[in-house]
Amino acid sequence: MDPRIPIALDERLTADAAAWLADAVARVGEDPAAVRGVFPAVGRRCGRGPLIAGWTVADAARARLLAALPLSGAALAEEIAALHRYGDSAEQRAVLRSLALLEDTDASFADRGLPLVRAALRSNDTDLIESALGPYAARHLDAEGYRQAVLKSVFCGIPLARIAGLTERADRELARMLADFAHERVAAGRDVPADVWPVVRAHPGTLEASGLPAETGSPSPDRREAAVRALAAFSATATAPAPAGAA
Amino acid sequence: MRIFDPHIHMTSRTTDDYEALYAAGVRAVVEPSFWLGQPRTSVDSFTDYFDALLGWEPYRAAQFGIRHHCTIALNPKEANDPRCAGVLDVLPRYLAKDRVVAVGEIGYDSMTPEEDEALARQLALAVEHGLPVLVHTPHRDKAAGTRRTLDVVRESGIPPEHVLVDHLNELTVALVADSGCWMGFSIYPDTKMSEDRMVRILKDHGTARMLVNSAADWGRSDPLKTRKTADAMLAAGFDEDTVDQVMWRNPVAFYGQSGRLDLEDVEADGSALFEGNSVKRGGE
Repeated sequence: MDPRIPIALDERLTADAAAWLADAVARVGEDPAAVRGVFPAVGRRCGRGPLIAGWTVADAARARLLAALPLSGAALAEEIAALHRYGDSAEQRAVLRSLALLEDTDASFADRGLPLVRAALRSNDTDLIESALGPYAARHLDAEGYRQAVLKSVFCGIPLARIAGLTERADRELARMLADFAHERVAAGRDVPADVWPVVRAHPGTLEASGLPAETGSPSPDRREAAVRALAAFSATATAPAPAGAA
Repeated sequence: MRIFDPHIHMTSRTTDDYEALYAAGVRAVVEPSFWLGQPRTSVDSFTDYFDALLGWEPYRAAQFGIRHHCTIALNPKEANDPRCAGVLDVLPRYLAKDRVVAVGEIGYDSMTPEEDEALARQLALAVEHGLPVLVHTPHRDKAAGTRRTLDVVRESGIPPEHVLVDHLNELTVALVADSGCWMGFSIYPDTKMSEDRMVRILKDHGTARMLVNSAADWGRSDPLKTRKTADAMLAAGFDEDTVDQVMWRNPVAFYGQSGRLDLEDVEADGSALFEGNSVKRGGE
């Protein structure tokens, strides 16, 4: 977790909210089952507004409650999974955003939160998808899962800059998938989201292999124009630094 | 005119109903969890239902400018099915949630020992969570059932001002008035209670602690009965302030005891999505 988040939380909480949260953290530390009653109440006790770095006040307060659980490994994962199962979407996004912190606090938590990430990636809730694609997903999703998650984000309009680990994990196959996606958009006469270009650009040859450049010779003017716009955007894009698998 | 329907099952209603409710002045509703007309066979179908009452339905209501809250409970009818008794064990998770403004509907259907057990446990949960309760009174043997309900409520130690006893009529209203509990009336086409009978009851018993609802659900019912009763009150000589007391201030006072009523102006935001879904259809 971004170390600025707990600091920002402490600055933001009112005295009443801070006292409530401190008491809740203490109760959870003594009795893990107490989290079931306090976790849903965080929004109305601490606030729901935005904090920093895409986190809400409630997200950060909930992360603190989860980190206080005196559990580890499978028992920790079981309690977390139940909070997610019975959580509304605000509770679920906080669970997802807390997964990396849980693993940092308890190494034996390991990849036990991965089923929750996968469930979020199956949903159509962009808020949950984005919340799932933090550092924990970047660490644990396999190459295929990570590529699919990036592609789904593109489809859902989630800016790729918000996905953790893209620079390190974007590989040639992902560049191929994004170039094919770009071709598909151009063939439909549509524009391509600009944030796919750095990944494609980092893997020379993927754009050419997609067939997109040949669209400039299409008999349909809308396809030709879309291709010209896409190629101009591609050329104007700086190369992404140090991609995975690059020579 | 502003109206708060304190008991309506919107999951069974259409978007046309939401539009008509808004046009009639309804700005807030409470949806009690109840029977779905067909028995559920597992705890999981209850939790999916509770999740919908807390997720999809308030989202849907907000599209039409209506604030949606709910009450959560194991209803008396299904309390008799051993396959559903485990619902009582998951209730504490749900009673902690933001939009849950009461425990309900609880009460009696056929007055069995299983119903006794479920009622007593849920009254204790309400006390523990500091929540009001919405108590359903039986359709059959109503007067005896209402007396027994009031006895159990008294024994539970819950303060009477935290209790709303619903589906009352001419023969049960005085019992509840004397108990200090709030009184609820479901105005239905043909059965239970009509607008004109309701107006007579308000004239006879006053408007304090009185709530009027449509209890509209999947059966033959009319979500606009609150507005029709308000109009009947005005026609019978009640002033606008008294109508506002019954149709808005009373339900706000009762459910407001939960501390979870959120009545900031609901902005009908057609662009909002719930879990990526919208009530709009493709192409709109």
